[in-house]
Amino acid sequence: MTQRLNATFSKTSTVFVAYIMGGDPDRVASQRVMNALPAYGVDIIELGIPFTDPMADGPVIEEAGIRARKSGTTLKTILDMAADFRRTNSDTPIILMGYFNPIHQMGEAEFAKAAHKAGVDGAIIVDLPPEEDAPLRKAFEPHDLALIRLATPTTDAARLPDVVRGTKGFVYYVSMTGVTGTALSGDGSGDISAQVAAVRKASGLPVVVGFGVKTPERAAQIGTIADGVVVGTAIVKALHEQGEEEALALVKSLADGAHSA
Amino acid sequence: MNKFDNMTYPDERGRFGEFGGRYVAETLMPPILELEQAYNEAKVDPAFIAELDDFLAHYVGRPSPLYFAERLTEHAGGAKIYFKRDELNHTGAHKINNCMGQILLARRMGKTRIIAETGAGQHGVATATVAARFGLKCIVYMGATDIVRQKPNVFRMRLLGAEVRAVHSGTATLKDAMNEALRDWVTNVGDTFYCIGTVAGPHPYPAMVRDFQAIIGREAKAQILDREGRLPDAAVACIGGGSNAMGLFHDFVPDASVRLIGVEAAGRGVDSGLHAASLTGGSPGVLHGNRTYLLQDEHGQIADAHSISAGLDYPGIGPEHAWLHDIGRAEYVSATDEEALHWFQECARLEGILPALEPSHAIPRTVDLAKELGKDGLIIMNMCGRGDKDVFTIAEALGEDIAAGTDGENTKAY
Repeated sequence: MTQRLNATFSKTSTVFVAYIMGGDPDRVASQRVMNALPAYGVDIIELGIPFTDPMADGPVIEEAGIRARKSGTTLKTILDMAADFRRTNSDTPIILMGYFNPIHQMGEAEFAKAAHKAGVDGAIIVDLPPEEDAPLRKAFEPHDLALIRLATPTTDAARLPDVVRGTKGFVYYVSMTGVTGTALSGDGSGDISAQVAAVRKASGLPVVVGFGVKTPERAAQIGTIADGVVVGTAIVKALHEQGEEEALALVKSLADGAHSA
Repeated sequence: MNKFDNMTYPDERGRFGEFGGRYVAETLMPPILELEQAYNEAKVDPAFIAELDDFLAHYVGRPSPLYFAERLTEHAGGAKIYFKRDELNHTGAHKINNCMGQILLARRMGKTRIIAETGAGQHGVATATVAARFGLKCIVYMGATDIVRQKPNVFRMRLLGAEVRAVHSGTATLKDAMNEALRDWVTNVGDTFYCIGTVAGPHPYPAMVRDFQAIIGREAKAQILDREGRLPDAAVACIGGGSNAMGLFHDFVPDASVRLIGVEAAGRGVDSGLHAASLTGGSPGVLHGNRTYLLQDEHGQIADAHSISAGLDYPGIGPEHAWLHDIGRAEYVSATDEEALHWFQECARLEGILPALEPSHAIPRTVDLAKELGKDGLIIMNMCGRGDKDVFTIAEALGEDIAAGTDGENTKAY
């Protein structure tokens, strides 16, 4: 529901968005982490849908998707995870994030209906630019689901109005060209305030910034210019390499960083 | 008439009916639109066309001959079989037709870094070759599995100054190389030109690659009219992504009397589940920027393709083929690994031509068709690549060890 998204943005000055890959490493563990996230400061959950060919993701997310698929995770599993989460939480928005083909195979209308029923609030479909997203947008409308658009450093001033037209909930600003996790090897500290302001002005919606955020300090810095901060790869990596406890501690510190802004 | 004018499809959204389109991350949309505009300008620019024609004639070696395969024809005992000899091009396959066009376009756009994906290595070699010719930096992504089975091409690319990057993710074959090339492009959009090797990917690639390969069919049509005084009854080509087939078919699409037959790789058999026949055994879906037929499960996860031929080992097919299939203009059949191996050897012995494993798939269906059409029939098969690159794979499949063959034991069979 866009209502749940709007409420989240209106009550928090900087929203902290955490991405996890649904079903990584299996349904039970992933569900446990998902259900715990709000207690560790997460305002919006981005739940990844595993896909065999994640063309915009780096190796950390790709490998998480492989683990999830190995344990039998499908789009249906992801919807079940959302529904399970909703049984005990009615405030934290859930945004599904993934690639188009699994949704296309389920059928856009069927997916929209099932997502709504599961308590999902919206979706980010990486390989569905505005030029191709009309069928899914149409399917989302009757269910009040937000199809979140992405703006990137290559989205120029001429294109930006087309990118934000008809979108709701928020706009996701991809802070760098590259795949997810790119900046884990760099500093990812460029100044993006002008771009964020331009996207906010063009869309009239909150702007969350993702790609390249891995420390509480950077989260705080982004928080001063954007309405929200997304962290994905760093959390997925910590879950896999350090375990749930350490990963949730990282989530807490990142959330505190974002909320301090 | 301008030679790029004879196309009605795709539409302005890059659609061939319900196939094609531009399913890419937002970061890539602006460069794809920029490419489309640059291509639309170049293809009607006489200077660009003249430059391309000049390189095709004097560097690639076009026109390629249309050869009457007399002994194969006798062996089949039916229709006359002609080979369009695109394996005689510089670098040994049809791939360079497209690389020449795209890299001239890249120069025109001021791009300095060329990236490509490759399966059999033919597209990688062709890209590395043309990049070397123009002094451009070249990076080729290749699945680790393919690097092993196409070693000679890997070495050739390196000799040509290209950097070959091994891709270990997924099945470590062509589709994964394409994922990795897309990741490179999304990271280096400013200076990089992605030279896609087949008639797939986001619009404008399927149309652009087809246009650059359409010279195959244009030449073949003029040559067969000259040799036989009539159009062929059928044009046959193997299909992975489908660039050599689309190149042969395109000029014949309006000629309703010419059957267009694409031969997919059936691997160990379409019923075995271990194949690469996207049209015969797949269903429509979205991958690598376009909607087309794909090998996939019921959850929309892409299935692994299987073929002895690295160039056909891809779980999708160009969207124009998907469309020609659905409207019934082209027919799509398949051939197994075993058939390809058998006809590779027959072709070598009968015609003195070592075909690549890819067109070796087209030979058995061409022979079947020759029998079906009878003596009055006329067939053009695209011999799209030469088999030198495949000798290690073929030796292994035939149980012969040529890599270690220095002790005499291994060479006595020859």
